Amino acid sequence: MGIKIIKSGMLTTIQDLGRYGLQRYGMAVSGAMDSYALLLGNSILGNADNEAAIECTIIGPTIYFEQAQLIAVTGADLSPKVDGQPLPMWKPVLIEAGSLLSFGRPNSGCRAYICFRGGLDIPEILGSRSTYSKGQIGGWQGRPLKVQDRIAFNHPYESGEAQFFWSIDPALYPDLSTGVIRVMDGPQRDQFESDALKSFFADVFTISKNSDRMGYRLQSKPLQLKEKKELLSTAVTFGSIQVPPDGNAIILMADHPTTGGYPVIGQVATVDLPLLAQKGPEENIRFERINLDEAQNLLKQRQIQLIKLKRAIALKYE
Amino acid sequence: MGSPHEQSLGIVLPDSIRHYPMGDQAIVLSFGDSLSEAVNTQVRKVVACIENWSQPGIIEYVPAYTTITIYYDPLTITYQELLTAFQTIVQDISDDPKYKGVKKEIPVYYNGDDLVYVAQYNGLTEEEVVHIHSAPEYRVYMIGFVPGFPYLGGMDSRIATARKEVPRLKIEAGAVGIAGQQTGVYPIATPGGWQIIGHTPLQLFDLKREKPSLLEVGDLVCFVPITYDEFVKLKTESYGH
Repeated sequence: MGIKIIKSGMLTTIQDLGRYGLQRYGMAVSGAMDSYALLLGNSILGNADNEAAIECTIIGPTIYFEQAQLIAVTGADLSPKVDGQPLPMWKPVLIEAGSLLSFGRPNSGCRAYICFRGGLDIPEILGSRSTYSKGQIGGWQGRPLKVQDRIAFNHPYESGEAQFFWSIDPALYPDLSTGVIRVMDGPQRDQFESDALKSFFADVFTISKNSDRMGYRLQSKPLQLKEKKELLSTAVTFGSIQVPPDGNAIILMADHPTTGGYPVIGQVATVDLPLLAQKGPEENIRFERINLDEAQNLLKQRQIQLIKLKRAIALKYE
Repeated sequence: MGSPHEQSLGIVLPDSIRHYPMGDQAIVLSFGDSLSEAVNTQVRKVVACIENWSQPGIIEYVPAYTTITIYYDPLTITYQELLTAFQTIVQDISDDPKYKGVKKEIPVYYNGDDLVYVAQYNGLTEEEVVHIHSAPEYRVYMIGFVPGFPYLGGMDSRIATARKEVPRLKIEAGAVGIAGQQTGVYPIATPGGWQIIGHTPLQLFDLKREKPSLLEVGDLVCFVPITYDEFVKLKTESYGH
């Protein structure tokens, strides 16, 4: 007993922090697009960082709880409701057996995470519970959730776990109203015309409708290469901004192919991938240049915050 | 210049390996700008060292034609520390026979929709295309794009054919294709622009196997022509139904 899907939503998948160690065999990492929202959700519930949760996209699912469970909804505000009443995000909430979790209008961001105390009963495939839809691997039967799917909880809720009248500081999570994404220079930066490099940091880029978990296609003035030469394929990663011959940049996202042959003009700082993952079709973004040390320091600061948060939360579950 | 052994050691001295960051969690080691058997052999030798590397903070590595990308956790190890540690392990590179790769046969039923086109494009008969394609030993230079997709080196230029102008929306799993000077096998159904000349009954990526990927970087691959009946029989065995 656990949950039952009543409406599937736009794209609802099981994700953890990703499938590592097999990229050399062409296996995508996948995992949560906004891994920080997932981390925070799991932290709120006292779960392991890597516990699998449900990633909802723009239009969330409707989920029937066959059994009570403590959950936390994080990431985008897709107007979550329980039995029609607004459900507060960023805190543990007890959902009673027989209740219906649903979503409404997307208010900010486009990916919400439903985390469950103790996690969901999803088999580990190649070391991860993440769904890689294209390869039909992992998650729930290798595919997005559909109506009638029933997923069990790992641990039934015990009433001793009590209610939790606290929530985490919203300042821990990026401000989704900004469209500024920090990037480091890409390995093939030198192959671009200097005008292209200027426009890259000056122009506004619109995320195309033709964007998904594999990659975001960007629309703007095309970025010109000095010469159109074919590159030998090499590894690419989440946040690599590659430019095909037509000059329209593509940012690789969680389900990215492991290798690519287009020049990479920039690489999104890991700390800004959650913000980027919350940007949806038709939204505008701009790039700001930072260096490797700055990017790694931002990541370290975020980690320190997270450790402090977890210490504070651990006390709540004692 | 000394023995072949010393020469190979000379090539892998850290000074000759370029390195640059790819974002805040990856370092790229580059062994050259153009593809050659020698450069890819260097890649494979260094991979063999990295394979058994117990350096904390290393997440995984991805060998490609001329590069190895190492993913690391910047909260555990810095770029510079990783580089220093790497310099120590590359000293241990030797000419072990395991770098020569394992020979693997891939049976192919040459029935692809583009076989006629590939023949016409190159002024050959279909039989000649099959003969030329199944003659060489190909080297697995890298695996990427989708799970188990091998990038093979060593195709005869007489059958090189440009990609389709409009990619197919769906290429079946097991399809054997040609794109320019490259040949490869699609492990899973996916859109693609390669010219399809045949199909293998083997699963290149199978979760039920202990090692899901049939091929490893460095393996030597031979395509063996089979009949329709053999294809059906092998496919039944391979897919288990």
